[in-house]
Amino acid sequence: MSPEKKTTVANLDAEGITLESVSLWQTTWRRLFKRKSSMVGLAIILIMIFIALTAQWLAPYDPYQVLIGKEEVKMRQAPCIHLLGCPADQPQHIMGLDGNVRDQFSRLLYGTRLSLLVGFSTVTLAIVIGTVLGAISGYFGGWVDTIIMRLMDVLLAFPSLLLAIAIVTVLGPGLINALLAIGIVSIPAYARVVRASVLSVREMDFVSATRALGGNTYEILFGRILPNALTPLIVQGTLGIATAILDAAALSFLGLGAQPPTPEWGAMLGSERNQVFTAPHLVFYPGLAIMIVVLSFNLLGDGLRDALDPRLAHASS
Amino acid sequence: MTTYLLRRVLASLPVLFGILFATFALGRLIPGDPCRAILGEKATDVICDEFIHRHGLDKPIPTQFAIYVAEIAQGDFGQSIRFGQPVSKLLIERLPTTLELSVAALLVSIFVGIPLGILSAVKHNSWIDVLTMIWANVGVSMPVFWLGLMLAYIFSLLLKDTPFWLPPSGRLTSGIISTSFADVWGLTIPKQGPLADTVNFLSRLNILNALLTLNFTLLGDAIKHLILPALALGTIPMALIARMTRSAMLEVLGQDYIRTARAKGVRAWGVVMKHAFRNALLPLVTVIGLSLGTLLGGAVLTETIFGLSGVGRILYDAITARDYAIVQAFTLVIAFFFVILNLLVDVSYAYFDPRIRLE
Repeated sequence: MSPEKKTTVANLDAEGITLESVSLWQTTWRRLFKRKSSMVGLAIILIMIFIALTAQWLAPYDPYQVLIGKEEVKMRQAPCIHLLGCPADQPQHIMGLDGNVRDQFSRLLYGTRLSLLVGFSTVTLAIVIGTVLGAISGYFGGWVDTIIMRLMDVLLAFPSLLLAIAIVTVLGPGLINALLAIGIVSIPAYARVVRASVLSVREMDFVSATRALGGNTYEILFGRILPNALTPLIVQGTLGIATAILDAAALSFLGLGAQPPTPEWGAMLGSERNQVFTAPHLVFYPGLAIMIVVLSFNLLGDGLRDALDPRLAHASS
Repeated sequence: MTTYLLRRVLASLPVLFGILFATFALGRLIPGDPCRAILGEKATDVICDEFIHRHGLDKPIPTQFAIYVAEIAQGDFGQSIRFGQPVSKLLIERLPTTLELSVAALLVSIFVGIPLGILSAVKHNSWIDVLTMIWANVGVSMPVFWLGLMLAYIFSLLLKDTPFWLPPSGRLTSGIISTSFADVWGLTIPKQGPLADTVNFLSRLNILNALLTLNFTLLGDAIKHLILPALALGTIPMALIARMTRSAMLEVLGQDYIRTARAKGVRAWGVVMKHAFRNALLPLVTVIGLSLGTLLGGAVLTETIFGLSGVGRILYDAITARDYAIVQAFTLVIAFFFVILNLLVDVSYAYFDPRIRLE
């Protein structure tokens, strides 16, 4: 802040007026925009969403179609790209063919849908349940708080992937059960975030004012207190999507999540893992795809955390 | 310190109890008839009646829970259908592999992550810093199983016939045998009982056993087999640790007492290590503690890929065979481990920062 700005009251007022016109979201967006890494993350996410929405037009082949008999191809054939010198009379498969003679590139494109779906749905589930639990816990306090938070402690006491594995083993393998399991193990993170926000504003004047004006519990909690938990929830949620996609891929890799022939990246990698020495392309590409999506959400989440942190308001980077 | 320790131990008791109850509930939530779920579809009515009676499954839930806790307190984790052995015996056999792998991965992540973090904080905004941060971001985003397979592909296939070749699977080359230190020393121990179990457990830690018996061929071979899995498993924690070290160091390096130390004429690395790093240790301990969870979870995937017959691998087999006793027992044991490790982290936290004890 330059010295002449903080000298007179008039200037302060003037500054107050300009500050008022800039909302939290605008400043956040501006700060986020300045960070190259988060912009890269955001760009990748947008591209991935585009791919997910248009997979049926982008994919050169049907992801379930077995190409044997239709084309001159072999099982687990290496990638053939015309631009890179693959003979033009051979059909182009830029990521090769899998163990069931299907076009891997098409399967990979369709896999984007599942990955994003998994990320968003598990985090939504966890946020909804976590918010309710955290809000009840923070607002009412006392023994309700103790019980809920001890329960969360127990959930946190398990390494998350391991607990998800145990839950899916009991529920039975499958994509929906894997989603449920990952959702359940990520509840505590959100419950804690919301509880902390609720505790920090519960006794503040604007809450008391609403109470004095005759607002009921519902109004106070959802209209006044919870909006304050939004920022940390967004940050946690973005980073949570990354973890959820990674865990879901791991479950599918172990055969507990999406079942064949579903084009899911973890499952694709898992079913071909013994072929890593003979057909590395079948392991390399699905893993790369998982990494890129997870990386993009991590980059955006980190950027959001810094951009939404008021302590960094005047920081240069 | 003692009161703090005591309070902290007492505080983790409800969590341990909760874990016990959660794994108990897990076993009772199996859809369908528990007897046939555990003993297999072909179990006859007579066997099932006996099974239900023996495990008290016909008693009320609180009694069942009490029986469960009592069984575990006696080291009885049930019987595995897949392996036809008591689960406790499998644990003694398999836990050392996982332990060795996790410790190796943790060492990799600490000894690579911390120097990287310090370096990038000291050389803030240099190319080292930028590269480290890119690596840290990529590192936390990589699926463990993919990294493991890629490492195996690179080091076992592409680098074949070079000195950098590393074995893609197993714990030891066939032909190299790990003789228990008890046998080498000529100790006479009973065939059964807790002492035999302990010796058995310790001698299965190949590296420890190699050191105890001064068998350097065994030591070299065991380490060679451990490098790739430890790298794969250690990468995520390594990235987290490097990131945390960097940000903690950057915060500390900006403080007045660092400038004072520099002004006094303390040598550059003296300032970094003695003044700054010590104060950056605290948040690091937390990250290391949190990483342990990732390690224990990731061990399942790493062991599956590298053909290591540890707890994770057996868990994978158990899942495919729907061997609930193993899943239940191993989840319990690993969660207990995790709680105890977190307890140690908290205690070391208090050791590093005396203010915490007073809260």
